[in-house]
Amino acid sequence: MNLSLILDVLPLLADSMVLTAKLTIASIILGAFIALPLSLMRASLTAFLSFPVLAYTFVFRGTPLLIQLFLVYYGASQMDWIRSSAAWFILREPFWCALIAFSLNHAAYTTEILRGGIRAVPFGDVEAAKALGMSYALRTRRVVLPAAIRLALPAYANEVVLMLKASSLASTITLMELTGTARKIVAQTFSPYEVFISAAVIYLGITLVISYAFAHLERHLAKHQQRNAQTGMFWFAEMIATLRPRLRGSVSR
Amino acid sequence: MTIQQSVGVFRATADDVQPALRVIELKKQFGPVEVLRGVSLTARRGDVISILGSSGSGKSTFLRCLNFLEAPTDGEVWVSGRHVRMREGVAGQREINALRARLGMVFQTFNLWSHKTVLDNIIEAPVHVLGLSRGEAIERAEALLVKVGLADRRNAYPSHLSGGQQQRIAIARTLAMEPEILLFDEPTSALDPELVGEVLKVIRALAEEGRTMLVVTHELGFARQVSDRIMFLHQGQVEEEGSPDTVFEDPSSPRLRQFLASHVGALRS
Repeated sequence: MNLSLILDVLPLLADSMVLTAKLTIASIILGAFIALPLSLMRASLTAFLSFPVLAYTFVFRGTPLLIQLFLVYYGASQMDWIRSSAAWFILREPFWCALIAFSLNHAAYTTEILRGGIRAVPFGDVEAAKALGMSYALRTRRVVLPAAIRLALPAYANEVVLMLKASSLASTITLMELTGTARKIVAQTFSPYEVFISAAVIYLGITLVISYAFAHLERHLAKHQQRNAQTGMFWFAEMIATLRPRLRGSVSR
Repeated sequence: MTIQQSVGVFRATADDVQPALRVIELKKQFGPVEVLRGVSLTARRGDVISILGSSGSGKSTFLRCLNFLEAPTDGEVWVSGRHVRMREGVAGQREINALRARLGMVFQTFNLWSHKTVLDNIIEAPVHVLGLSRGEAIERAEALLVKVGLADRRNAYPSHLSGGQQQRIAIARTLAMEPEILLFDEPTSALDPELVGEVLKVIRALAEEGRTMLVVTHELGFARQVSDRIMFLHQGQVEEEGSPDTVFEDPSSPRLRQFLASHVGALRS
């Protein structure tokens, strides 16, 4: 193994990291916008509202993301009516195809995660809001979602990390993101070992940042559960928490 | 004339003519089970009515039906002379929300929102339902915190408070809506015995202020002291109703006698 080659490749890959980040962040944002209303429908007791969402999440969680990606990228171009429609301006671009497949898939998982959070909000919290005359929209916005998001956050953080890694599939439809670029460099250098290790190190780095951010957010949102105020060595506790996320000074759950 | 003033005028005229609360033949069925088989009740302004009964008698359901936490099957309710249609599905959601804002409910399990501070718990509904400004709502909340004896805990989270303190905050949260009628659903049943007193003290003070209150409770001694009237429910019906002295000293129904006998300890304490 050639250590200097690993280091040499890092800056070359760093450029392509931008596309990976773009894809991941855009999918997460779009996915969140899709998942938020869908999770409320999914948590609804009305079958008319929850069933279509259940069908959607079942399909997108029950099939491989790679196939979903191929269906959007190759499948769309097979249909003449799409090729002749305005949507073709979007669907002929691999970036947009990847973004569509990723955000729909990510939204399906996020919907189920958030729905779990919504269903886990203590019933009494909702009744108290009702008894004070709060409408459905108001208590959803002010009471249910804030509590549900806190409950769903650890699972959601996991899903965001999965999304980052799933973005590597974009390389199969010609996108030169991190994994795609790594493969190109492998073809040029015939050193798969070093180059892929280099790519793995970058993924690991981004994952660490994401975990850190979520651990921080989680503790910030859980300040109502903390028993003691923040004391010294905060950065150290923060780092440990990233590796082993648990609420400092909180009751064990 | 501002809205507040016109509401005040409406209340004043309504009070002269109408009782604060009038319930006629309230019925509730869960599937084939009849939980309430026509319960009627009239509360004048300032009345404190305690509702007693063994578990399963329908006393909590009765309270929960009044503000539609359970949808009643049938019956009529008049709040300060305003009619609320109770038949299932007839009352609109808007009507229900408006009714709920006028009836304050205190729960057995407090149900404070754990992610909000004490102050935020109290000002939430006044700001977002009544449309008060934040400043007005905080002023109101601070006065109520003094009243329940927790002025120093405004920035605490519910998990930092004892059960008794949480229930007092929950009472303050309900009072912040300035409801016409207060409904207490076993407010001390989830508390450790040594914490019951502080909550009862707050409720007693409210009764002495002349508020209209319905209290479902197992604290018989307390019920006897603060109530103007006692209603004893058995299997979804009013088995006996009367002044505390009559009900406790000279109960006519054998079931009430039995109930009181099984609670002798509670009555003495």
